[in-house]
Amino acid sequence: MFLEWTNTVLQGVLLGGLYGLFAMGLSLIWGVMRLVNIAHGDFILLAAYVALVFGQVAGLHPLAALPLVAIAMAALGYALQRAVLNRTLGKGLLPPLLVTFGLSVVVQNLLLQGFSADSQALRAEALTTASLRLGESIAIGWFPLGVFLVALAMGLGLQLLFSRTAFGRVLRATSDDPETVQLVGVDHKRTYALAMAIAFALMAAAGVFLGMRTSFTPTDGPANLLFAFEAVVIGGLGSFWGTFAGGVILGVAQTAGFRLDPGWGLLVGHFVFLGVLLFRPEGLFPKTR
Amino acid sequence: MTLLATAGLTAFYGDFQALFGIDFELGEGEVAAVIGANGAGKSTLLRSIAGLNPAAAGAVRFDGRPVGGLGAHRMARLGVGLVPEGRRLFPSLSVEENLLVGRGTGRAGGWTLERVYALFPRLAERRRFPATQLSGGEQQMAAIGRALMGNPRLLLCDEISLGLAPGVVRSIYEAIPRLAAEGLALVIVEQDIGIALEVAQRVTCLQHGRVSLAGTPAELTRDAISAAYFGL
Amino acid sequence: MSAFAVERATRASRIAAAAAALVLAAAVSLPWWSDAGTMRLAVEFFCFLVMAQMWNLLAGYGGLVSIGQQAYLGLGGYALFALANQAGVNPFLCVPLAGVFCALVALPVAKLVFRLRGGYFAIGTWAVAEVFRLLLANVSMFGGGSGFSLRAMAAIPRATREPLGYAFALAAAVAAIAVVYALLRSRPGLALSAIRDSETAAASQGVDVAFTKHWVYVVSAAGFGVVGALYYMNILRISPNAAFDVSWTAYVIFIVVIGGIGSIEGPILGTVIYFVLRETLSGFGAGYLIALGAIAVVTMLYFPGGLWGAISAKFDLHLFPVRRWLRKRA
Repeated sequence: MFLEWTNTVLQGVLLGGLYGLFAMGLSLIWGVMRLVNIAHGDFILLAAYVALVFGQVAGLHPLAALPLVAIAMAALGYALQRAVLNRTLGKGLLPPLLVTFGLSVVVQNLLLQGFSADSQALRAEALTTASLRLGESIAIGWFPLGVFLVALAMGLGLQLLFSRTAFGRVLRATSDDPETVQLVGVDHKRTYALAMAIAFALMAAAGVFLGMRTSFTPTDGPANLLFAFEAVVIGGLGSFWGTFAGGVILGVAQTAGFRLDPGWGLLVGHFVFLGVLLFRPEGLFPKTR
Repeated sequence: MTLLATAGLTAFYGDFQALFGIDFELGEGEVAAVIGANGAGKSTLLRSIAGLNPAAAGAVRFDGRPVGGLGAHRMARLGVGLVPEGRRLFPSLSVEENLLVGRGTGRAGGWTLERVYALFPRLAERRRFPATQLSGGEQQMAAIGRALMGNPRLLLCDEISLGLAPGVVRSIYEAIPRLAAEGLALVIVEQDIGIALEVAQRVTCLQHGRVSLAGTPAELTRDAISAAYFGL
Repeated sequence: MSAFAVERATRASRIAAAAAALVLAAAVSLPWWSDAGTMRLAVEFFCFLVMAQMWNLLAGYGGLVSIGQQAYLGLGGYALFALANQAGVNPFLCVPLAGVFCALVALPVAKLVFRLRGGYFAIGTWAVAEVFRLLLANVSMFGGGSGFSLRAMAAIPRATREPLGYAFALAAAVAAIAVVYALLRSRPGLALSAIRDSETAAASQGVDVAFTKHWVYVVSAAGFGVVGALYYMNILRISPNAAFDVSWTAYVIFIVVIGGIGSIEGPILGTVIYFVLRETLSGFGAGYLIALGAIAVVTMLYFPGGLWGAISAKFDLHLFPVRRWLRKRA
């Protein structure tokens, strides 16, 4: 019994790695430009579909397609920020939210037009079903473990980018004061676009891993946005480790909930989120600025 | 050799007009002071020159080229550095990181961390501290250092004495002539008329967005300045 | 006697008031000169009109973007079904009761969601809607995932139930516009506009920001609750995935953005445009939604005031004036 629960928690932790990856892009963008991209989840789905196309057209294994998907998504993110989203900044609350909400609907329906509502999956059976067995009740899937480690590595990478590199300094400065940063020669609009490109690359990885882990349809985007958002709120704003931890907690809550009753899986996750919101609205691991 | 020239420069904040056609000139290596009461338009003038406020292309000329409306980051790359009112250091960055980010202009020149620390030794002691933990005077030094790291040809200083004790102001202003001696042109905006007259070769007084008086410190009497300053 | 007078009405608004009276007369008489299909469409139109006014009150005047108001739409619908089926209350009486119920639920929910700000507030409201959806899907008493039917209505003959349902919907639409208009011309409404323009400035003038945000949220929730009851009374069947679908909010947002956010005329115009587009483009499937979304994005970027904002600015037209003008006395 205890071992079974341990297994459940472990699965939850590994799922949490994926949620952490979902959340990292959201957290990065909010940190740099105080923008909440309502279409975040839909762009993650878009990445999964792009990987699907690479698989169907070029026969590429999803992991082989991942770098290409990441580059394509990064380019899209850069262009989107420059052409559309930069125009919404500095004009109050409504424009960014309403524009990204509109984009969410457009992306979902474009995907529906192009791929229909049928369920799809990225082919990688051998990888996704293989697992490491520790005794009778504990099985650690290689794939979820891999995703977890990749997410961890990306979190570490982001942290290092921000704290140790010149570009990271520029990102932090731009997030502090986009007007003054211009005085030192930085084009803040280009900085935002580069940050969005990085976020989109993270979302590309999230989408490919999502597609390998489970089947997907064009309307799954909003659910992923919700998970990303809950992970950020649970973990606390301002720190990538917090976001990652939030993802892990959400993953564990959901997996435990599913074990209790299949209908309650998502609800337990929502309740944990609401609980954190009620008792510790700043999150469990916030970074005070 | 005229480095900076404004011609009929105007500036608006929404419907409110802050500058009504300012003509201003500065040569290479010159130090000019802009004085005036609160709201006279001094900061607005510096912001307009630095590119933070929109301007007509020909309203601002740098090195003979029309640069009005280029935008602040382009002006910084051309060699116009602004030390903004209120210092505006980046709170998420340490002192040293604030100085390093000043290199974003990508301009070649002699300013390095070591030189800034030599100019302002107090900063070297505090280099790893978050910028917000510094005293007012140290923050001002850091803001000047950040602008210098961009290797500017023209340095615009907006009220660097604001909120600082006289002794601290003195020690910061000791650096000004040293900078000018190296060929850096400076525009100092000041409410403290005494110190402005000491360092500047030329003085311009603004009143309600217009030039009310201009000349060298030797030419201007106290009475003339008061009249121009307050409009009495 | 000062040389200036403060006026609240414009010439255009007086003309519009007369025109509105005519439109209202036509609307009231509709059951007598049209068929059941048109009535059903009209009920839907009024439902969207009320939702648009409520969402606009929250976002356009309150500055609070919620993408979770469908929580109260569904809750209102379920309240109607539960009260009518289980408790035997007259379905028509349930409509205002649903509004009251949603207002009561909104009170504690507001405490929770207002811990979030801006974009996170928006998603938070949506998370709440998701919780409601999942809770109701898991409760078999209310039909679980597949929902249930409004049996109580079957007892009432169609010839009575349809015009009566229509009358309620029309009354709700008129009431929504009247309530929003009255609110915005009142002191609480002024407080709301102040908060939208600058929260800190408003607070410094003594506006109780938290209280104002709370009551706007509760009123909006009540409005959506009433619509939920009205709409599902019209449809006779409710299920969690349909009632709590975020698409409701998507359509409402498009209506308000394209029509004109932050004005009373805008949502009215937007609802008309939405229905015209829907009836003419319904054959294009997902393409219609893509177009709607793209138009909303472009409108928000280049015409933040929407269609009405553009018209109002160009012709200085205010049909529902909520501001005050200073006019020189002759």
